[in-house]
Amino acid sequence: MKDVFISSDNIITSLGFTTGENATNMFAGKTGIRLTENEHMAPSPFYASLVDSSLLRNKFSAFDDPDKFTHFEQMAICSIKDALSGSEIDFADPGTLFILSSTKGNIDLLENENKLRYGKERIYLWNTAQLIQRYFKIRNEPVVVSNACISGVQAIITGARLIRAGLFENIIINGTDIISEFVVSGFNSFQSLSTGPCRPFDKTRDGLSLGEGSGTIILTGNHSLSSRSEQIMVGEGFSTNDANHISGPSRTGEGLFIAINRLLKKMHVSIDHISAHGTATLYNDEMESIAITRAGLQSVPVNSFKGYWGHTLGAAGIIESVMCIYSIRNSILFNTLGYHTSGVTNPIIIVDSFISREINNCLKIASGFGGCNAAILFHKK
Amino acid sequence: MKRSYIISDYCSIRQNAVEVNNHIVYNGSGADFGKFSNDIYKNFAVNYPKFHKMDNLSKLAFLSAELLLRDKNINQKYSGDDVGIILMNASSSLDTDRRYQNTISDRANYFPSPSVFVYTLPNVVIGEISIKHKFYGEGNFFITEKFNPSFLVSYVEQLFNTETIQCCIAGWVEIDGNDFESLVFLIEKPDKTDAGIAIFEPATIQDLYDKKK
Amino acid sequence: MEKIILKLKEEIIEVLNLSEMKPEDIDEKAPLFVDGLGLDSIDALELTVLLDKKYDLKINTVEEGKKILYSVKSMAEFIIANKKH
Repeated sequence: MKDVFISSDNIITSLGFTTGENATNMFAGKTGIRLTENEHMAPSPFYASLVDSSLLRNKFSAFDDPDKFTHFEQMAICSIKDALSGSEIDFADPGTLFILSSTKGNIDLLENENKLRYGKERIYLWNTAQLIQRYFKIRNEPVVVSNACISGVQAIITGARLIRAGLFENIIINGTDIISEFVVSGFNSFQSLSTGPCRPFDKTRDGLSLGEGSGTIILTGNHSLSSRSEQIMVGEGFSTNDANHISGPSRTGEGLFIAINRLLKKMHVSIDHISAHGTATLYNDEMESIAITRAGLQSVPVNSFKGYWGHTLGAAGIIESVMCIYSIRNSILFNTLGYHTSGVTNPIIIVDSFISREINNCLKIASGFGGCNAAILFHKK
Repeated sequence: MKRSYIISDYCSIRQNAVEVNNHIVYNGSGADFGKFSNDIYKNFAVNYPKFHKMDNLSKLAFLSAELLLRDKNINQKYSGDDVGIILMNASSSLDTDRRYQNTISDRANYFPSPSVFVYTLPNVVIGEISIKHKFYGEGNFFITEKFNPSFLVSYVEQLFNTETIQCCIAGWVEIDGNDFESLVFLIEKPDKTDAGIAIFEPATIQDLYDKKK
Repeated sequence: MEKIILKLKEEIIEVLNLSEMKPEDIDEKAPLFVDGLGLDSIDALELTVLLDKKYDLKINTVEEGKKILYSVKSMAEFIIANKKH
């Protein structure tokens, strides 16, 4: 199987504008989830992790006019710019493709007051992807991966597949989603929002906290363009469907189990660490504990990152994968912020402190609306 | 380039007609998608009450898959986790997004609808098809400005080549108001299909797409 | 009670898209969830929205919701008991 290397990465969240800045704040036990009072977004306050728009505009104005770009586009462009600075990949190379991972894109443009601000086409995800592609002078028409909350993981799986098939040499993957009235009201209508910063896998968990952010991973099949620091590879990845319900996860964790099992059968490695989806809803975390146990991984340390930045939807799979890669490189397991006592029936091992340990690989898993699931492995060369 | 996979069947649903494998199987007035889709549902005795809860994108994809797979016994031929569903469109779930936005745009009449919100993601159509037919395999939903045959073919081919799937439902399902079109293929390996429509390659599917335009 | 039950059945058919059903197909005493109509979690949430939108009534806890939404009859009883004028 052809090697797929990670060339560089970046994340932008409420906890910082670079991967390093985020890690520093995470080690300090900080959460970006705040009680947010924003009449425009919701009639009552809600817990969420927002990227400060004035900080973002400030950063963006160093290279372009923030008035010409939406909040979403500013995050994505800043993130890709930072990742690019850490990579020698030539974006204009004909073997380079841009993949955008997002659930809703510029969805705030549906609001009455925003409708006339930009052109009619700005709301379309293909338009957002093209805007970014052209901004960075990437030659090929971009592709958007939109698969609910597994979008980010699915985008990395897609990128790795395209490199292995010899269709492209370098893939720039960005995952971004914003918090908007649209999304807050929707999750509220599902009664799935937490009453405090979310508590993944915890006995007292009562829902998810929304987050916004942007993550970039640059993949390459070219060894000489791989990361300047330790090489981390993208292994196998699979997506599946529960074939059960369009919004609730399968009670037996069927789809997620099949995805993990396929990966284990193909990779024949022992798993050192699992980064779960861990949204802190009653059903998701329970389902994941079942799937992990069914796959025989009940002794593998599992964490969730959702307590730091909330659930960043289409960006989650990228942002969290970046931190998986960070974990491997820096031999550190991140504490599951918000977790204290297990509230899932299967006794899986939840990481509840920062642990220094050599990690050779990390299994990233995700699940989403539509009954979709995904699993991917990152590993040392 | 040697192409190895076969279009066993296809289904196309456009403004006025439903076509399966070069035959028009239903003619209707496509003026209103709601009515047209309901007429198709009744005409082919689909008999699946959950259909009426779906949004328009899901109805379009669901009916396309339903007519594509009718009498094919795919579940007998393949294990559910070996069937992939790879779909694409330009508008994502925007048609439904606008509908949902209407349930929240007036604060004086603010009733966000969960049953509409759940369909504001394009991949939910994959869920609906999977639930009906018990498919557990690889799924992906891509958004591109225009129908992109070479990307679709390349992506599906590498899923077959890597033995990730043994069979695939692939295609384009697009709706934006009363503009709608779907073109969905059943792709199989040559040794698994008796008679095919054609080789699964970009030129062929571009021709099928352009046919009724 | 009869009037409210009939109106409720029509509203339920409409908001839950049960287009193949008529009010006379629904037994007001039968459970709405698990057995009976076999509605799911999204349907439960929509019924909560229905009670809010059409009757200005809110359900405060999950336990309360399970009792109120047990059947069409229990929903009607809740509406009558809390009727706002």
